[in-house]
Amino acid sequence: MACIESRGLRKAFGKTTALDGVDLRVEEGRILGIIGPNGAGKTTALNAILGLAAYEGELRVLGRDPWNERDQLMRDVCFISDVAVLPRWARVSQLLEYIVGVHPRFDRAKAEGFLAKTSIRLANKVRELSKGMVTQLHLALIMAIDARLLVLDEPTLGLDILYRKQFYDSLLNDYFDRSRTIVVATHQVEEIEHVLTDLMFINRGRIVFQSSMDEFESRYLEVMVHPEKAAAARALKPVQERQVFGGSILLFDGVDRQQLAELGEVRTPSIADLFVAVMGQQSSQAQGASR
Amino acid sequence: MSTPSNAMSESFQAQSVAPAAFPATRALYWSVRRELWENRSIYIAPLAVAAVALFAFSMSAIAGIWEKSLRLDSAHASGTVTQPYDIAAGLLMLTCIVVSVFYCLDALHSERRDRSILFWKSLPVSDLTTVLAKVSIPLVVLPLLTFAIAVAMQGIMLLLSSLIVLGMGQSVAALWTKLSFFRMSLLMLYHILTAHALWPLPVYCWLLLVSGWARRATFLWAALPLVAIGGVELIVFRSWHFAALVGSRLIGAAPVFASMPGDGFPSGPMTHITAGTFLSSPGLWIGLVVSAAFLAAAVRLRRYQGPI
Repeated sequence: MACIESRGLRKAFGKTTALDGVDLRVEEGRILGIIGPNGAGKTTALNAILGLAAYEGELRVLGRDPWNERDQLMRDVCFISDVAVLPRWARVSQLLEYIVGVHPRFDRAKAEGFLAKTSIRLANKVRELSKGMVTQLHLALIMAIDARLLVLDEPTLGLDILYRKQFYDSLLNDYFDRSRTIVVATHQVEEIEHVLTDLMFINRGRIVFQSSMDEFESRYLEVMVHPEKAAAARALKPVQERQVFGGSILLFDGVDRQQLAELGEVRTPSIADLFVAVMGQQSSQAQGASR
Repeated sequence: MSTPSNAMSESFQAQSVAPAAFPATRALYWSVRRELWENRSIYIAPLAVAAVALFAFSMSAIAGIWEKSLRLDSAHASGTVTQPYDIAAGLLMLTCIVVSVFYCLDALHSERRDRSILFWKSLPVSDLTTVLAKVSIPLVVLPLLTFAIAVAMQGIMLLLSSLIVLGMGQSVAALWTKLSFFRMSLLMLYHILTAHALWPLPVYCWLLLVSGWARRATFLWAALPLVAIGGVELIVFRSWHFAALVGSRLIGAAPVFASMPGDGFPSGPMTHITAGTFLSSPGLWIGLVVSAAFLAAAVRLRRYQGPI
């Protein structure tokens, strides 16, 4: 059974279409990164998956209908939907007590173990903690839940680089065990690049690209080309070209590595470069269509 | 199954069959606890009022103001001996109303305002449980708390009175028979549960509903429709029925009580409205049905609501 499965997922706010027929399938044990520009529909899609918003179309998460079964679903799913949403009046110890009270799969000792590695004390109130510490606290609470699906929506927005790195490190080292599924949406592509097993770009409410990271790495190559070989390289139909100091960098889709090695230094492109390329194609296609 | 090689798989199984769910009452209990953590005024306000009332009582006792009424042999004594007790209890009940109103106006609004609704919704607690926990504050928690604090307060007052009576060289027994403490407490419990929990429930549920719906200015949104309906009635029919209805619901001087023989509602009192009359009054049941409708709407609304 797929962890998340949707067919024709649609959602409109008035005249704005936020999701325009999304077909999605996420298998268990994957770490999927959803990447898209502002207003692409990432949060809308995640809110639908978490039962926070109504939608049209078919959607099953762990075999359940999230909109009508949110409370049951949350026994197996947890999420950090935004930074700093923990109630500011609460003490850390109260949050622990409350989750022990309502969540059958919460391990208090584990959460306290995570917290012991931070400077957060049980007697602290959330309002006394810095933004980064609130995120640490939230992550500690979430990681102590034995859930099957974890959804993160811009979990590190506005945090400094140390907290951001720590966040993904502890997520990978202390939490992910290949039976859980993680879905993370973010702008900060570089940070999650090495964490992901799957990748998805979303734009204007549609999935515009999806691939596993293995496939991505074998399919896309980037070559640093000297100006004298530029014409030969362009003949191989790069999907994107950008100028840098001392030459240009060309991005190829499905071109043989040996062939490219003759043109210059070959490497795997970053997700950010591919994202720019795919979004560039998108906008030129859109312009072509409107002409 | 108990061979060492199975130990791993057994412990894994044990983990996977860990309780899939808690009984619903457990989530409700913890949700009520969380309301008390967040809204400490629920118990601080009545405690503070009781402390002030006790202070005033002991001051007046020292000043000798109640001394006359404590002269149990004098003619007017029987009515006035319980007066300070009623006034103090009345103050607590007024506090109960005020705290309930402010609590309900904020209950479903604050979690959206501080975005913590996203955290609460990430836990396996249904919207129904959450709303029920919130309505239980004005319906159960505050009335029982008010009662407990009032009884404790009156107990201390009785002790103080007894000391004064002793000081005057009179018999304490006479005071204790005049002021039958147990009966007074029972009557007060009955009065609080009927007049301050069940009777005003539609008002509290309306406030809860508005707090879950309005983006800001919950008090304005809660009051405006009532004022508008009252105003239209006044202009068109030249009558005050709607305003009287809302007022009576909140303060407790309800038509059902006013129609009773005797001197109407509160103070010494509720003796003339029996449980039978109260339970068989259509006003009570109409109120409960309206409350249930408001609550159902609030539960449904919370499903759609996110942070504001």
